[in-house]
Amino acid sequence: MATASTTQERAAELNVLARKQRSLWGDALYRLMRNRAAVGGLIVIAAAFLVAIFAPQLAPYDPIAIPQNPSTQMEPVWTGSKYVDSRYLLGTDFLGRDIISRLIYASRISMVVGFIPTFIVFALGVTVGMSAGFFGGWLDQLLMRFTDIIYAFPDFLFLLIIVASFRNSPFGKIMDGLMLIFVAIAIVGWVGVARLTRGQVLALKEREFVEAARSVGASSGRIMSKHLLPNALAPLIVTAAFAVPSAILGEATLSFLGVGIIPPTPSWGQMINEGFPLFSSNPWAVLMPGICISVVMLAFTFVGDGLRDALDPRMKT
Amino acid sequence: MADLLEVTDLHTQFFTRDGVVRAVDGVTFQVAAGETLGIVGESGCGKSVTALSLMRLIPQPPGKIVKGSIMFDGQDILKMDDDDVRGIRGNNIAMIFQDPMTSLNPVLTISRQISEALELHLKMDKSEARKRTIELLELVNIPSAKKRVDDYPHQFSGGMRQRVMIAMALSCNPKLILADEPTTALDVTIQAQILDLLKNLAREFRTAFILITHDLGVVAGMTQRINVMYAGRIVEKADTVELFANPKMPYTWGLLRSIPRLDESRKAKLVPIEGLPPDLIAPPPGCKFEPRCQYRRDVCHEKEPDLKHIPNSKPDHEARCWGTQEGGWLVETDWRREIGDMRVLEEIKHETASVTSAPTAAPETPPPGA
Repeated sequence: MATASTTQERAAELNVLARKQRSLWGDALYRLMRNRAAVGGLIVIAAAFLVAIFAPQLAPYDPIAIPQNPSTQMEPVWTGSKYVDSRYLLGTDFLGRDIISRLIYASRISMVVGFIPTFIVFALGVTVGMSAGFFGGWLDQLLMRFTDIIYAFPDFLFLLIIVASFRNSPFGKIMDGLMLIFVAIAIVGWVGVARLTRGQVLALKEREFVEAARSVGASSGRIMSKHLLPNALAPLIVTAAFAVPSAILGEATLSFLGVGIIPPTPSWGQMINEGFPLFSSNPWAVLMPGICISVVMLAFTFVGDGLRDALDPRMKT
Repeated sequence: MADLLEVTDLHTQFFTRDGVVRAVDGVTFQVAAGETLGIVGESGCGKSVTALSLMRLIPQPPGKIVKGSIMFDGQDILKMDDDDVRGIRGNNIAMIFQDPMTSLNPVLTISRQISEALELHLKMDKSEARKRTIELLELVNIPSAKKRVDDYPHQFSGGMRQRVMIAMALSCNPKLILADEPTTALDVTIQAQILDLLKNLAREFRTAFILITHDLGVVAGMTQRINVMYAGRIVEKADTVELFANPKMPYTWGLLRSIPRLDESRKAKLVPIEGLPPDLIAPPPGCKFEPRCQYRRDVCHEKEPDLKHIPNSKPDHEARCWGTQEGGWLVETDWRREIGDMRVLEEIKHETASVTSAPTAAPETPPPGA
């Protein structure tokens, strides 16, 4: 018996030693991949990306040009009403343009508007928060009071004011108004990231490993980028995962209100806006882009939740 | 031999809301190349702050080195600009921290962390640094170092992490290593291993060590000389053998009495030093140890003694005590037999009790890590 148990122990020991060692990030990825909702979300996001990239190949019609003999306000083919045209699977809008093609092209706007402002937000927010938290003193005061001022504005109202006031300037016309939306979302969004980063850095810089890094002669810049940032990354990634859908929703809302993307470029919010006056006669023109927005938002939220769960137990000691 | 490190009249203070904390108050000592010096004292008496001051790592504010000079290899560290100090940290002077659990960055691999100093100071490229890292890990006896370099700190045990810290400290072949309570966070068997390792490495590389500890047992086998610190000052300095055989300061006596000895009868009780170290914002006017000293006389309360050579001892043995100095009342005292005036002892106990129970026990802001 004794030998058997020791053999088992030995085997267990070997097993422990033989277990593949994963890095912290590898561990997090593993946990993320076991989360079904998150994986589903990732698949949807990947699909949306592919659609956006291959929009010209996928879209059956031109999303912008108005057809010669437009058959306007067609309903989707499965409704079986008399306003159905078999050439247009999801029907047409008030100018007779194919809704599928417009949805496909609109995904480009949403994807771009989700990610580019998020990058700007993070570049700005992390820089400001990191320097404020790390150096402290008057710099911290200055940066954080400025952040507080921006934070004090109601988010969406602020976004609306910026976009509405610069919409008619030359800057507002770049890339059909997309540039203005990027900048506006970034200006509104970076404060949250700055505060989060600062909080993280304030806690982390007191840790002994920072002192240890100093004692080997690392400079402040090196300590910030190599020691503090990787430690603060987990909550930042989670925040980013939630910042993307909120940027998408921000653009959709602006476009719905008519101050977003300049028509005729299609965006989902824009399509809801255009379909809205005729909602009672043909709700499909509003529902379709609405469903697209909801599905993409839901996908990002699932991924964000999954990331949060996966990154939470990162401090394993 | 010329001294590698020469600290003269070092004053480090912390400016807090409650007042100025004189954490290090006029400390002078030397370390020769290849020598091992022990700095011993209770918690909060300025040992760690001394070490941090040597590398100019005092958090500023609230801390500041207000006076003194630190000559290292002929240069005054306190007069260098920040870039030059960074060039010395890790390269010429390295540090081993107290708690290996928190001194390693949890999200970086061991190899990245050890390579840091190599890349910074020796300008090694990635693959060179990695090779050297593996060598270093083998040097500090980490089994299968090649496999373990890419592990994260949480995959290492406490003792192994401290070995990693030692490897980090050794990485650039520094001339001086400051070990700030390197074994405090470890269990006894690992302590012995780590101390052994340090001793061997010190001999092998002829690196000077400053070993900071509150444990006289640790310094006994490791060091050539010992400075005993109390309340930010050096109260006794002597070579190790001399200090243990012939201590000349009641505080050192107290420390020695409070460690267990295997060569004495079980019946001999351990005697703690009554009371607490003084508040460094408002230190006592005379000898800093006077309020806790069982051998005290009126003169102790009135004037602080200098650090002076003591009669009946080796020439480099100095202590800060009126009693044991020339003509003092403790010159002939055998500290093992006479444990002082019992009436005074009762008095001290009584005072301590009232201090600890009083609600206004001033929340001293201790300097970090002290």
